[in-house]
Amino acid sequence: MVGKIFAVVVALVTLVTAYCVITHVWWMPVDISAHGPKIDHQIEETILVAGLLFIAGQIVLASFVFLYGGARGKPKQIPGGAKPLVIFAFVLVGTEILALSFIGSKAWGAVYFAAPDPSSMPIDVQAGQFAYYFRYPGLDGKFGALHPEMINEGTQNYFGIDPEHDPDAKDDIVTAEMAIPVNQPILLTLHSKDVGHSFYVRELRVQQDFVPGLDIPIHFTATQTGRYEIVCTQLCGLGHYNMKAYLSVLSQADFDDWLKKQAAMQ
Amino acid sequence: MAETSVQAAHHAAPQGFIRKYLFSVDHKVIGIQYLTLSMVAAFVGMALSWAMRLHLAYPDFRIPLLGWLSPNGAPNGVMTPEYYLSLMTMHGTIMAFFVLTAAPFAGFGNFLLPIQVGAADMAFPRLNMTSFWVTFVGFLLAAATFFIPDGPPLSGWTAYAPLSAVGSVAGPGQGLGQTLWVFSIALFCIASLLGALNFIVTTLDLRTKGLTLSRLPLSTWAWFIDAWVSLLAFAVLLPCGLLLALDRLGGTSFFIPGGLVFNDQLQPHSGGSPLLFQHLFWFFGHPEVYIIILPAFGIVSHIFPTFIRKPLVGGWKVITFAEIAVGTLSFVVWGHHMFVSGMSPFMAMVFSVPTLFITIPSVIAVLVWVFSLYGSNLRFDTPMLYSLGFVSLFITGGIGGFFLAQPSTDSYLHATSFVVGHFHFTMGLSAIFATFAGFYYWYPKMFGRMMNEKLGKLHFWLSFVGVYCVFMTLHLTGFAGSVRRYSAFVDDFMIPLMPAQRFMTISALLLGASQFIFLFNAIWSRFKGPKAADNPWGATTLEWDTTSPPPFDNFGGRQLTVYHGPMEYHGEASVMQTSPAASVAGT
Amino acid sequence: MKTHQRIAATVFALLLLFAVGLLWSTPGVGAAATGQIAGTVKLDGPAPHQKPIDMSKDPSCAQTRGGTPAAGESVVVGANGGLANVVVYISQGLSGDLPIPSKPVTFEQRGCQYVPHVVAVNPGQHMTILNDDKTMHNIHPEPKPGGGNNAFNKSQVVGAPPLDVTWASEEIAIPVKCNVHPWMHAFIVVVKGPNGVSDANGSFKLENVPPGTYTLTAWHEAFGTMTQKVTVAEGKPAAAEFSFKGK
Repeated sequence: MVGKIFAVVVALVTLVTAYCVITHVWWMPVDISAHGPKIDHQIEETILVAGLLFIAGQIVLASFVFLYGGARGKPKQIPGGAKPLVIFAFVLVGTEILALSFIGSKAWGAVYFAAPDPSSMPIDVQAGQFAYYFRYPGLDGKFGALHPEMINEGTQNYFGIDPEHDPDAKDDIVTAEMAIPVNQPILLTLHSKDVGHSFYVRELRVQQDFVPGLDIPIHFTATQTGRYEIVCTQLCGLGHYNMKAYLSVLSQADFDDWLKKQAAMQ
Repeated sequence: MAETSVQAAHHAAPQGFIRKYLFSVDHKVIGIQYLTLSMVAAFVGMALSWAMRLHLAYPDFRIPLLGWLSPNGAPNGVMTPEYYLSLMTMHGTIMAFFVLTAAPFAGFGNFLLPIQVGAADMAFPRLNMTSFWVTFVGFLLAAATFFIPDGPPLSGWTAYAPLSAVGSVAGPGQGLGQTLWVFSIALFCIASLLGALNFIVTTLDLRTKGLTLSRLPLSTWAWFIDAWVSLLAFAVLLPCGLLLALDRLGGTSFFIPGGLVFNDQLQPHSGGSPLLFQHLFWFFGHPEVYIIILPAFGIVSHIFPTFIRKPLVGGWKVITFAEIAVGTLSFVVWGHHMFVSGMSPFMAMVFSVPTLFITIPSVIAVLVWVFSLYGSNLRFDTPMLYSLGFVSLFITGGIGGFFLAQPSTDSYLHATSFVVGHFHFTMGLSAIFATFAGFYYWYPKMFGRMMNEKLGKLHFWLSFVGVYCVFMTLHLTGFAGSVRRYSAFVDDFMIPLMPAQRFMTISALLLGASQFIFLFNAIWSRFKGPKAADNPWGATTLEWDTTSPPPFDNFGGRQLTVYHGPMEYHGEASVMQTSPAASVAGT
Repeated sequence: MKTHQRIAATVFALLLLFAVGLLWSTPGVGAAATGQIAGTVKLDGPAPHQKPIDMSKDPSCAQTRGGTPAAGESVVVGANGGLANVVVYISQGLSGDLPIPSKPVTFEQRGCQYVPHVVAVNPGQHMTILNDDKTMHNIHPEPKPGGGNNAFNKSQVVGAPPLDVTWASEEIAIPVKCNVHPWMHAFIVVVKGPNGVSDANGSFKLENVPPGTYTLTAWHEAFGTMTQKVTVAEGKPAAAEFSFKGK
C-alpha cells in the first residue's frame, strides 16, 4: 500500500511538473536579440533531453516501487546485472552530453567567441552600489579617461571623468537609462566602481557580471523596439534588489532625438 | 598491523559527567554531539528561511517576534533589506556547513565508521574530540553575529570579494559581522581537516580481521571517499579564508583591485583580483557539494539492501567506483559557477564538458538504486521511504544540472531562482532526506529504542510533497527570470510572479512545520519508544552485531572476524558479516 | 523609619535635585540669550550649471517629479544671487557650557532628495530621519574616521519608523548619501551653539545669541568658508552679509 501511494505521488509530481513546463505557466519573455534564438533553441533542446530523462527516471522508480512491494519469495536481480546499466549510462547519456556540448558551444560561441561587428556602437557602463550609469562617446567618438578619485556622485560625476581638462571627455554623454537603436550592433564595456554586479536583460538573453578591476566587453544586437529592465543579478549589498535601469530600444530617428536631448542636459 | 592499532586506540571507559558526555573522546558521543549540533543548526536555519519566505511573499506582514529579536534589523517586525540578506547569508552558512556537512559525514560517520570497521574507537580519539569542539566554537562565532550591532554579514555564503573584503564601507554587517564569519569558517575548515584525517586513518588502519576493502559497508566506503575530498577541498578554503581575513584586517589586497570607490571615497587598495577569490572559493565550493552528497550516497546504498532484501545490482564495485569518479571529477568542474563571471569564455567550454560528464557516474548511481528495486522484496519502513524519496529528489535535482552545466543556457538561468531550486534539490534536500533515512535507520542503535513508524511516515509524506511544492516552483519561476537574492520584488517583471511566491511561502511554512513531527518523534521515542533489539532491521553489518546502544568499546572486548561482504541478503534470510556460515549462494 | 529621618531624607533629596538643576542651568547661552544675527549670503559671479537629475532608475522617484526633473543641488542660487545651503555659525566667542537644543532637527527623504540638503545640528542634539517616499532609501553618512562621530549605513523601507540619531562631536561637514539613489547627497554640519542655514533667497538667522562679540563663519559645500566679526547687543538683531566668489 505504502509503495503504491509512493508511486502515485511520484507520478503525479512528474506529471504536474511536465505540465507546467510544457504549457509555460511561468516562462521566459519573448526574445528580442539577434543571438537569442540560438540560446532559446538550446534551452528547448535541453528541456527535451533532460525532460525525457526526468520522466523516465521518475516513472521507472515509481513503477518498480509499485510492483515490488512486500515479501514475494526469493528476490532476483535484473537480467544482465549492472553491465547494461553502465553501458547505457555511458552510451546514451554520453551521447546526449556530447550533442548538448557541441550544439551548445555553437550558441555560446555565437555570443562570446565572435568578434564584435566593426560597426558596433560603443557604450560604457558603470555599475556601482546600487545603480547603473551609461556613457556615450559623443561626436568625437572617443571616451574620456577615467579617474576613479574624481568620482563624485553628489555632483553627478558618476564615471570620474574630467571634462574641464580632458578634450575626449568634454562631449561624453552620461545617462541614467540606456537607449540603443534597433538592429544596431552594440558593444558594451562593463566597469564596476566598487563590488561585483551583473548586467541581466532577460529579453536580450544577456547576463554578464561586472568584475571590479576588469573592463568586460559584451556585444549584442536588439531586434525589437520597446522598453526593458536591466537588473543586477550579482549580490552587491543592501540595495541589490533595487539596482536596475531601463533599456529603451528605439528606432534610429528616435534614438538620435534622445541622444540630442541627453547631450543638452549634460 | 590492524591489531596493534586497535590496541593503540583502546582506552579506559571515562568516569564523570564531563568526561562522559561533554568532553568525551568516545566516537559515539562525538557523533551524537555532531548530530545534535546540526539538528539545532537546522532548526535555526529553517526559522531563518521562514522569515525570509514570509517577507518575500507578504512584504508588509509583521513577523511575530522578529521585531523583538532584532529591533534594529526588523523595526516593527518588517525586516530591512540588509537584514534579509543577513538572514540569507546565515541560512546558507548554517545549512551548508553546520548541517549538511556536519550531519551526514561527521555525525553518522563518527558514530558508525569505527563500529562498521570493527574498531573500538577512531584512530585519534582526542583529535576527534578537538574536531567537534572546534566546530562548536565555529558555530558560536557564526551565531554571535546575530548579537552584534550591525548584525550578520550580507554577502551570502559565498562571500564574494570585494564585497566581503573591503569592510564596513560596503554595507552593514560587512564590518565585525563578516570578520566573525571568516573566523567561523576558518575554524570549521580546521575541524573538517582534522576529521577527514581521522576518518582516512581509521578506515585504513583499524579494520578488523577479514574486513578487506571489498567487504567494507557501502556507508564506510562513502565516508572514506568523502574524507579524501574534504581533505583536499577544505585545505583550499582555509587559506582562502585567511587571505580574506588579511585583506580585511591586515591591509593586504589579495582580492581587492585598485581604484575602487565606495561612497565617493577612493579605497587604499591595489593589485588584487576578485576572480582569484571566486576560483579559490569554488575550487572548494564545488567539491563541497559532493562532500555533502557522497555520504548521502553511502547511507542510501547502505540502507537499500536491508529493505530490498538483496544486494545492490553490480555489488559494491559499481556504486563505489561511481562515487570515486564523482569525487575525482568534482575537482575539475568548479568553473561552471563562473560562466558569466568575466572568466575567459573559452574556459567556460573547458569547464562545461567535465561538468556534463560528471552526470555519467551520477546516472550510474541512480540506475544502480532504481534497478536494484527490480525483483526485490521491498519493505517500506521509514528509513527506506526516505531513501526512495532521496532517489526521486536526486533525479530531479540532477536534471536541473543539465541546464546549468552549459554556458549558453546558464547565461539565461544563472542567478535566477532556477539555481536555488536546483541546489536545494541536489545538495540540500537530497542530503537531508538521506540524513533522515540514516536517522530513522540508526536511531535504534544509537539510543536503544525504536522511533514511531506512523509519525515517521507522516513526516515523510508531508516533507516529500512539501519539497516538491517549494523547490519545483523555484525552478519554474527561474525560467521566468526571477532573480535570486532579492529581498523584495520591485521590478515590473517580478511582481506578476507574486502568486507563485505566496504558494512557495505557504508550502515552505507547512514543510517546516512538519519537521516538528520529526523533532517530537525523536525526543519522545528516546524515552517512550519500544526497546530496540540488537538487529531490528535484519541487517548484516557490524553495527548490528553488538548491543543497542553499543558498549563503550563497541563490542565488549570481542575481537571480530569478518567472513562476508556487507550485502548478504537473500530475501528474508541474511548472513551477518561476522557469521562463519557460508554465503547463501545466488547474488 | 522615624518621622525626622523621613524629613531629613526628603530635604536631602530636594537639595540634590536643586544641585543638579544648578549644574544644568549654568549661564552661557541661557535664558538671557535673546540676541539675534540675521543676514544674507550671496554668490558673486555666475551660477554654475546644475545638471538635471535623471531618476528613471526608480520610477517611484521619477513620478514625484511630474515631468520636470530635479536639478543638482551642489550650488543653489536664488533670485538676486542669494546662495542657499550655507551654514552660518559662531566659531569663536561663545563661552561656558551651551545647552543642547531640545527640539530635534528633522532630515527628510522626499522625492528622492534630501530635505534639507544641508542640515546643521548641535552635538548631542537629536536628529529625526524620515522617509516620505514610496521607495527604500539607505542613509549612509560618512564622518571622518577618528573624529568622534560614528559612520553608519541603515536602510529605511517604505513606512518604516523614523530613525533617531545624535552626533557626538563637532564636524564640518559629514557627507550623507543614499546608495540606492546615488544622486542623493547631503551634508550634516555638527556645530556647537546657535546656527542658521541660508534659504533659497540666501537669508539666514541665528536665534538666542547672548550679547557679545563673535567670529561668525559661513560654510558652503562648494565654496568653502568665510568669516567675519559681529557684535550682538541685547534686544537688537545684528546684521551680517557674506558674499562668496563664484569660480
